[in-house]
Amino acid sequence: MTNPVNLTAEEFIYPGNRACSGCGLSTLYRIGLKALGRDSIFVVPPSCLTVMQGLYPIAATQIPSLNVTFASTAAAATGVRAALKARGKENIKVVAWAGDGGTSDIGIQSLSAAIERGEDFLYICYDNEAYMNTGVQRSGTTPKGAYTTNTPIKGKIQKNKDLPTIIAAHNPTYVATCSAAYPLDFHNKILKAISLKGMKYIHIHTPCPSGWGMEERLSITVGKMAVNAGLFDLYEVENGKKTLSGPSAKLLKRETLPRIDEYLKAQSRFRMLSEEQVAEIQAEIDAKWEKYRQEMA
Amino acid sequence: MKKIESGNVAAALGVKLSRVQVVAAYPITPQTPLTEKLSELIEGDELKAEYITVESEHSALAVCIGAASAGARAFTATSANGLLYMSEQVHWAAGARLPLVMCVVNRGVGAPWTVWNDHQDSISQRDAGWIQIYVNDHQEIIDTVIKAFRLAEAVSIPVMVCYDGYYLSHTYMPFDVPDEQIVDSFLPEYQYKHTLDPQNPENLNTVTMPFARPDRDGVTQPGYMDIRHNLHVELGTAIPVFEQIDAAYKEAFGRGGKPIMSDYRCEGAEYIVVAMGSLANRIKDAVDELNDEGVKVGVLSLHLYRPFPRVQIIAALENAKGVIVIEKALSYGNEGALFGDIKAALYPCEKKPFVHNYIIGLGGREIKQADLYDSIKASCTASENFEDVSRWIGLNR
Repeated sequence: MTNPVNLTAEEFIYPGNRACSGCGLSTLYRIGLKALGRDSIFVVPPSCLTVMQGLYPIAATQIPSLNVTFASTAAAATGVRAALKARGKENIKVVAWAGDGGTSDIGIQSLSAAIERGEDFLYICYDNEAYMNTGVQRSGTTPKGAYTTNTPIKGKIQKNKDLPTIIAAHNPTYVATCSAAYPLDFHNKILKAISLKGMKYIHIHTPCPSGWGMEERLSITVGKMAVNAGLFDLYEVENGKKTLSGPSAKLLKRETLPRIDEYLKAQSRFRMLSEEQVAEIQAEIDAKWEKYRQEMA
Repeated sequence: MKKIESGNVAAALGVKLSRVQVVAAYPITPQTPLTEKLSELIEGDELKAEYITVESEHSALAVCIGAASAGARAFTATSANGLLYMSEQVHWAAGARLPLVMCVVNRGVGAPWTVWNDHQDSISQRDAGWIQIYVNDHQEIIDTVIKAFRLAEAVSIPVMVCYDGYYLSHTYMPFDVPDEQIVDSFLPEYQYKHTLDPQNPENLNTVTMPFARPDRDGVTQPGYMDIRHNLHVELGTAIPVFEQIDAAYKEAFGRGGKPIMSDYRCEGAEYIVVAMGSLANRIKDAVDELNDEGVKVGVLSLHLYRPFPRVQIIAALENAKGVIVIEKALSYGNEGALFGDIKAALYPCEKKPFVHNYIIGLGGREIKQADLYDSIKASCTASENFEDVSRWIGLNR
C-alpha cells in the first residue's frame, strides 16, 4: 500500500501551472501521475485539465497528451490503443481523463461503446459536479439544489446522475470511486486498475473551491466531509460485486455517521437549500447506509 | 490482376493494398459494402489491421484521430448524414494535420431522408481544410485511395476520396488491382513526425492563444492564426505534390497523368462543361452528340476540388467562349458551389467566358441524357441575355 513515505518523489507535473488555488483536480493529477508513471499516453477532452496541462507552446505536464473533442474521449483513446497494438507497443498505458460533463453528458455515448467493445484502457472521470471550466454550469452529476450559473435562482431541480453505477452496469473489468481528499486511495486504485486488462473506470469526487463556493484551504476538509457523512462513497466493483473501500469501508462499523449539514453549509452553492431539502438529503444517505449495513456488514 | 467488382470493393482493395493499420467505421448506406468488405479482409487475416466497430461516425473519426496521433495509418468511410455527424472531427483532423484518408460515398443529406446520390455531403465540408478528390470510375477509386495515403502523408493533411453512391459504389465494373509489391514500394510505411511518445512527450492540439508566444526556451511559437495559415498555405502545396505522386504512380502502374482534372474533347473547344464525379462521364455522350452537330464543346472533369486548382482552372477555361458548370450540390440561398468557385477564378481574366450553372440529380433524381444535351445546347446557343442564375434541371417528375 502506498503511504506518504514510499510515494515516489518524482514529479510529472510542473509547479506554477494554471490550476486554481485549492483545486482538487490538481492534487489528483499530481498523485495520479505518480501511480501511472512515464509510460503513459493521456487523452483529454475540453476540461479544466486542458488548461492545467498548459497552453501552447508551454506544457505543465511531462506525459504525452492528445487533446480531443468533447464527445470523443473514449473513442480517441480506443484509437490510440489500437495504434499501439498495431505498432507492438502494448506496454504503454492509455489513460483517458475527463471531467463530469465530458463523461456523464457529452461523452457518455463513446464511453459506453468503448466499454461494450471491451477496450483496454483506463478512463478517469474527475467529478467536480458542474461545468467548471466554462464557468460553473450544471452537469448531469450536479447534485439537486446546487446553485450553478444556469440554475441561478432555484438551484438544480433534478437529482444527479449516478455515473459510476451506470458504468458498472456495463460490466467493465474494474470500477472504482475515489475522492480527491484521499489521494493515496486514488493512487492505490490506479495501481490496481493498470494491473488489469480491459476497460477500467475510476470516478473521483473532486472539490472545486471556485465552483462550490468555499475557501481554497477547505478543499480537502470538505472532500473528507462528503465521504465521512456517507454522501459520496468510496468503493470498487469487480465481477459485478461492489465492495466499500478505504475510509468508506470503515464507516460500515459505525452506528451513526456525522450529519450532512456541515458539508452543505461549508459551500455557498447549497445556500438555497431549505431545511426540508437538507432533511431529504440526510434521509437518502441514512437509507443508503442502512442498506449497505444489511448487505455488506 | 483484373477484377469485376463494385466501386465499394475497389475502395476496400485500395485500403488493403495501402496496408492500413486501423479502420474504424459506422454503417451508413451506401458506404456499408465498403466497410463490410474491410471487416471481412481483416477478420480473414488478409489485412493485418485493427477494425474498430464504433457506435457513431463522430467516434469513427475520433478513433482514426487517436490512431494516427499514435503513429498508425488509419482509414474510415462514410456518407451523407454520417459525414455531417462527424463534421466536428473532420475539422479537427485537418487542424491536427493528421494524414488520414476517408472515402465519402456521396449521398444526399436529410431532411427529408434520402439514401440516393448527390454531392451535398462532401461539398458541405469543403471548408474544413481537407484535400477533396472526386473520382469518376472504379479504376480511379482503387488508384486514388492508394495515392491519397501517399499524398496525405507527404503534406500532413487528410484526404477525402469522394465517389458517387450507387452510380459507382454499387455498380460492377472491371478494374485492375495493382500489384501488392509495387504498391509497397510506392507507399512506404507510415512515419508521423508528431507521434504520441512517452520518450518524447508532447501535448498535442492544446489551447493556442490568438497571439504568438515564447516557449520555455524563449523561442517564439505561432499563435492560432499562424497555425491555420500554415494549413492554408500547405494545402496549396498539395497541388504540385499530388502531380508528382500521380507521375510516380503512372511510372509504377502505367495509369494516371491527369490528377487535377481530366479533359475530353476540350482541345479547340469553344464551350467547356465542368462537372465532378461520374456525372462527368455521363456528359461525354451529350458532348459527342453536340460535336456531331458542329457544336465545339468538351468536358472538363474536375478531380481536385480542395485545394482549388485556380491556376489550372484558368488555363483550362479562359480561352473558351463559355463555361457550363453542371453540379449535384449548391450553397443554398446562393448558387452551385463549384459554379461560384469557377466564376471567382475567372474574374481576373481579360477574356471572361460566360459561366452558366445547372443543378441536377439531387437526392438521386434521374438524370436523363436529354437533360444534359438540352442544357448544354441551350448554353452553347444562348443569347447574351441568358440570365445569371442556377437552373434546376429535372424538377417535378
